[in-house]
This record gives sequence, C-alpha cells and structure tokens, in this order.
Amino acid sequence: MTADAHAHEEHPTSTGLDSRKVAMWAFLGSETMFFGSLILVMLINKHNTLGVMLGHGDHMFEAGQGMLDLVLTSFTTFVLLTSSLAMVLALAAFRNRSLNWGRFWLMVVVAFGAIFLGGQVYEFTAFVREGLTPSTNLFAASFYMLVGFHGAHVAIGILWLVAVVYYSYRGRYQSADTWGVEMVGLYWHFVDLVWVAIFTLIYLI
Amino acid sequence: MATTTVSVRPNTYAGTAWSWITTVDHKRIAVLYFVTSLAFFALGGVEALLIRLQLSRPELDLVHPDRFAELFTMHGTTMVFLALMPLSAAFFNLLVPLMIGARDVAFPRLNALSYWVYLFGGIFLNISFIAGGAPAMGWFGYAPLTATEFADTHAVDFWAFGLQILGVSSILASINFIVTIINMRAPGMTFNRMPMFVWMTLITGFLIIFAFPVITIGLVLLLFDRYLGTSFFLYQGGGDPVLWQHLFWVFGHPEVYILILPAMGIVSDVLPTFSRKPLFGYAVVAYSGAAIALVGFGVWTHHMFTVGLGPVADTAFAISTMAVAVPTGVKIFNWIATLWGGSISLRTPMLFAIGFIAMFILGGLTGVSLGSPPVDTQVQDTYYVVAHLHYVLFGGTIFGLFAGIYFWFPKMTGRMLSEGWGKVHFWLMMIGFNLAFGPQHQLGIDGMPRRIHTYGADMGWDVWNLMSTVGAWTIGLSMLIFAINAVRSMRSGRDAGPDPWDGGTLEWSMSSPPPVYNFAEVPVVDDRYPVWKEKHGGGHTGAVVAEPPVADTEHDDEEPHIHMPNPSYWPILVAAGMVLAACGLIFHQVFVLLGALIFGISLIGWIEEPPG
Repeated sequence: MTADAHAHEEHPTSTGLDSRKVAMWAFLGSETMFFGSLILVMLINKHNTLGVMLGHGDHMFEAGQGMLDLVLTSFTTFVLLTSSLAMVLALAAFRNRSLNWGRFWLMVVVAFGAIFLGGQVYEFTAFVREGLTPSTNLFAASFYMLVGFHGAHVAIGILWLVAVVYYSYRGRYQSADTWGVEMVGLYWHFVDLVWVAIFTLIYLI
Repeated sequence: MATTTVSVRPNTYAGTAWSWITTVDHKRIAVLYFVTSLAFFALGGVEALLIRLQLSRPELDLVHPDRFAELFTMHGTTMVFLALMPLSAAFFNLLVPLMIGARDVAFPRLNALSYWVYLFGGIFLNISFIAGGAPAMGWFGYAPLTATEFADTHAVDFWAFGLQILGVSSILASINFIVTIINMRAPGMTFNRMPMFVWMTLITGFLIIFAFPVITIGLVLLLFDRYLGTSFFLYQGGGDPVLWQHLFWVFGHPEVYILILPAMGIVSDVLPTFSRKPLFGYAVVAYSGAAIALVGFGVWTHHMFTVGLGPVADTAFAISTMAVAVPTGVKIFNWIATLWGGSISLRTPMLFAIGFIAMFILGGLTGVSLGSPPVDTQVQDTYYVVAHLHYVLFGGTIFGLFAGIYFWFPKMTGRMLSEGWGKVHFWLMMIGFNLAFGPQHQLGIDGMPRRIHTYGADMGWDVWNLMSTVGAWTIGLSMLIFAINAVRSMRSGRDAGPDPWDGGTLEWSMSSPPPVYNFAEVPVVDDRYPVWKEKHGGGHTGAVVAEPPVADTEHDDEEPHIHMPNPSYWPILVAAGMVLAACGLIFHQVFVLLGALIFGISLIGWIEEPPG
C-alpha cells in the first residue's frame, strides 16, 4: 500500500485481504442462498402437481411464460450484461487514477442498469394491464417475486453507483484505495450473474 | 490471591448512559447482549412456568386455551431467537477479539447495529402481547395456521416481521465475526491454534449466513400471502403448505446447530482448563464441528417424516440424520478423553461442562431414535419430541452457556461468582431439569400430544405431568439463585485477578475486565495455549500454580496511546428506523415513511462519519 492510503490499511490483515472485501464475499454467499431459495420456489411451483390436481393453473406456467416479451427482455439482458463490462472498465480507470474515465464508465453502468429496470417496469405494467397480478396464480406470484427481488437489487445497485460517483467528487478513491468502486463492482457482477440464471429459467426454459 | 495488585480496575465500563448507547466496544456490546438475552431468557422461562402450571393437573383451567397457545408459541420463539442465539452472540462479542489477539471486531459500528436491531426486534415481537394478541400457531408457524383465514389479527405479522428483523441482526453479526476471525488474528494465531470456541463461532457464522436467507424467503412468501393475496402456501389457490415446511426446516435444522455449536465451543475450552490438559484431538473436534454443520443442511425432512414424502426421501434423510451422530459422537469421545487422566478440579464451570456432556448424550440418543422414520411416526408431535429437544437445547445449549457464564464472568466483570451458590444452582438445575423433561419421554410414549391445553384425568398422565411441573419450577428456583448470585457478585464478589482459573488462552493474559484496547501490545502466538506456555512452559504439565502471574496493572495510569474506533449514535438510529418501518407495515403507513426516512438519513450519516 502506498503512503497516502487510508489509515485502516496500516494494519495488515491476517490473510492480506481487505476486511471489507471478505465481508462482501460473505454477504454475497448469503445472497446466493437468498436467490437460490427464490429460484427453487419458482421451480417447485412450476412442477407443483398438487395445484394441477386441484384444477388450478394446469398450464399456467406455459400460459404465463407465453406472455413474456422475449425480444424486449433479450435486449435488456444484453444491456445488463454489457454493463458488467463497463463496471470492469470503471474499476480499471480508477486504478489508473483516471478519475474522469472512471466516473464516465460508472455512469454508463448506471444508464444501462436504468434501461434494464425500465424494461422491467414496462413488462410489469403491461402484465398488470392484461390482468396478471401477483394474486392471479402461482406463476404470477413466483414471477413477480423472483424478478421483482432481482429488480430491487438492481435498483439498490444503481443508488450505490450514484453514491460512488458522488464520493469520487468528494475526494475518495483518488489514491490506491479504490475499495469503494471494487465493492459496488462485486455486488453488480453478482446481481448480473443472478439475472443469467433467472433469464434462463423463466424466459428461455 | 493477589488482591492488592489488581485493585486498579480498567475503566472499561465507566461512563454515562449515552456512552453505552453510542458504544462500539465489543466488550460493552457483549454486556448489552448478556443483559438483554438473559432478560428475554427470564421472560421465556416465565412463559414455560405458566405452561407447566396449566399442565400440572388434569382438566385445569388456569390459563385460557388461546393464551396457552400464545404462551407455547412465544416460549419457543423467545428462547430460540431472543435468548439462546443472542446469549451465544454475547460470548462471540466478549471472547472472539480477546481470544484471537485483536483490539476489536472488524466492523465495530456494524456490531453495535446488530445489537440494536436485535433489541428492537425483540421488543417489537413482544409488543404483540398488548397489541391484539401474540402469535399462537407454534414456533414453526405451519401453513395454513398462518393464513389470514385462521389468523386474522396481526399476531402472525408481528412474528414474521419480527423474525425478519432478527435475521438481519444475525446475518450482520455473523458476517462481522467471520471477517474478524479470518482477518484479525494476531501474528502466529493460525487457524490451527485458535481456541475451539473461536472455531465454533466461525462455523456458526457460516451456518447463519447460509441458513437465514432461506427463512427470509419463507417469511417473505408468507407476508405476500397475507398482504398481497398470493397463494404460495394456500392450497385453495394452488399453493403447497408443505413448501413452507421445507423452507422452514431447511433453515430450522441448521438453526439447531447454530444453537448448539457455540455451547460445544465453550465446553471445549472449559474442559481443558479444569482437567489441566490440552483438548484431546483438537483438529478432529474442529473438523467434526464443520462436518456437523455441513451434514446439518441435508437432514431437514426428518422434521417431516409424517408428511408423506415417500420411502425414498424418508430413508435418505434417516441415513443423513443418523450420520450426524458420527461427528457428534467423535466430539463427545474427545471431551471424555480430555477428562481422562487429567487432574480434574470440579469448580462450577466444570460441573456445568460435565453436565452438558451427560445431558447432551441423552438428548443425542433420543435424537437418533427420532431419526428413524417408523419410530418418529409413532411419537411425532408428542411429548417425546418435546423431551428430546429440551435435552439438546436445555441439557446441551443452556448447560454449556452457563459453563461459559461461570467461566468468563470473572473476566468480564473482574469479580468471581460465588462458588457455593454456583454449585447450588448447578445441582438444583440438574435435578430440576431431569425432573421436568425426563418424564416427558414417558408421556410422549404414552401418546400425550404436545401443545394441548389440558388432558383428561383418566389418561394416566397426571403423575408424570406433576413431576414435570415440579421440575420446571425447580429450574425456575435455580435461575433465581443464579440471578441473585450474579447481582451480588457483581457488587461485592471476590476480586478475580487476571487469571483466576489458570487458563491457557489469550483472554487470561490481561486484566479483568480487559482494558478498552484489550492488548497494549499485539501478542505473538506460537501455541494453542499461549498463556499456559508462558506460565508452565511448553509441556502443558498439569501443575496448578497457586499464585497466577499478575499482570502489571499498577501502571495503568500510563495508558498506552492506542487508536480505538470512535463511539457512534448512527447504529441505534439505523436500527430504530428499520424497526419503525416494520411497525408501520402493521399499524399505519405513516410510520413506514418515517422509519424509512430515519433509516436513510442515518445511513448517510453513518457513511459520512469518519470511521475513527
């Protein structure tokens, strides 16, 4: 670490890893179980023979998935995945001390995230207009739950990114200590990765 | 004893109420955890005593059936989430930094936040008693008892939001302790040299961060069912009530190990001290703890053998359940081997630790019997299950935690608990416990269902029930003795000195209570029992020294200049905002906004505040 690094880096840790990074990994491990449970609930509902036996939504998943706009979501998925690239470029720029490029790429991530969220808002409102609300059937409930929770994570990520840009103007991340960018980057890549699973399971299969 | 040299107490706990509200010192937060969790323990205990009073004789009507359902639900919920887990967290807070040679945890403010979220969450959950009725569907909240149709008051909402809040507290605390243990160890304190309690804290932390998200999802689905009209757990809407059982027990079974592993860690550190021998099979004890945790994720449907999941599922989970007995048995044999040939001194902590082993073996044996689907089908939902779970969680966890309380009370407060009253406490608790829960095995085999409000005089259950009630009240008496002992000892107990038990791990190398900065100089560790090595040389021979080497506390006025984190009032505000928002979801939306506002502003304040 360079001499102008923050005070907390004066004490080396047992593993040499930044404590905040270890905490982030632990948190993401916890989040994996969170999304894993949600995805399993969705899959269980999809193959819920009890509901079918009772005459509920025999083909509700087929019908529901038929309503999905695959073209639109493929596009927003592409945008979201591309934002991960911008995130990588942002961190690289901050590490090279090119603050303005770093801020630019962070704003690209924000914009791409917003496009993704916009697509989701559009899809949700279209569904509601067509009469598909969370209480309609198990497909709708599972869909809103899973996609909604992911969307909330994206929204939190956008707020966090904006905060990082703001703090870059307040004098942070200007030394070798780019941990703030790295943290939001870890989170953002994780949220992207989760979307790959959700997109595959809900939209493609 | 070296009373004169240690009479200068570090001012670890001195200060105003404000200094406690804003504290980020792990030792003070430990005190807060101890006081709060023991208060909730008393509350859960009183609930249990009322349950036992109602069941003492057949056809009694001391407690209204509805109140009775609230009592057993809140007894279970309180004991698991508000008493035992936080009591373990109190030990994590007190001991982990001291044992690994750190000055505090990795994230001191986050640690304070965990505590305040826990406190407010606990209060929130118990407000339900005066706000239209407490939850009454049993501590595992089976669907459809939680459906609006059968629970139209806010009791279930209090329960669901309350558990969410407590989950946040547990996950944050666990992340903190995982990072602390991984990253804050003193030079030379390798994983292979960590005290067993630290090992078990680490494993418990991983269990919590992986198990709690599952119950979080379960509770979110439940709240969707109740607030948004979905049917995740309602068969009328095509949902599946059994899905709740899966989600609950995928969390619920690891939760059992979350409750027992810290106690196992405590016992693994108490036994060597009073046997004057290092822990036998150190590595195997650590790895079997990890094995228990790992297998613990694959046994959940043994809570659901009577659901009808089919012979394949039942067989597979019976096998995995019985497999847990292997690492558990390994631990027990290692503890016994630690005692073997040692020069055993039966002080109060040692009595509780040995009591733990004996009682936990009994609970483990009934656990293996319950792991067999045919047996389980016979005794499902009877008092046999109640007996089993109390033998592991009371006979195991609570005996282990009291071993820890008697062992580290001197370290925390600087004073000894009375040994005489401690032994009275132990024996009364031991007798009362077996009197209370031993007969319940017989009641269960006789077919007495759990959670019933009363029973007929012709069932032949009176004698066993009366015995059980007498036992429960004996436990209550023993707890009263403990409380008096604790309060009196805190005021006028014998001066403990830095090392009253001739301990071997790092926490015994400093004054009692430890100074604010814990270690004036960060220690360099080259042994599993560094303090023993320093006192007795490397051989760990069992010579008990009469006069423990006295730390040079007389020079305390020359406080070393050690930079410690600043106090902060943001954690309590963030916690208050969070819980206020939850209140709003039950009472009025205005509070949601207000809570979110407080939460947001405090979070910004937290970020803006220099970490110190």
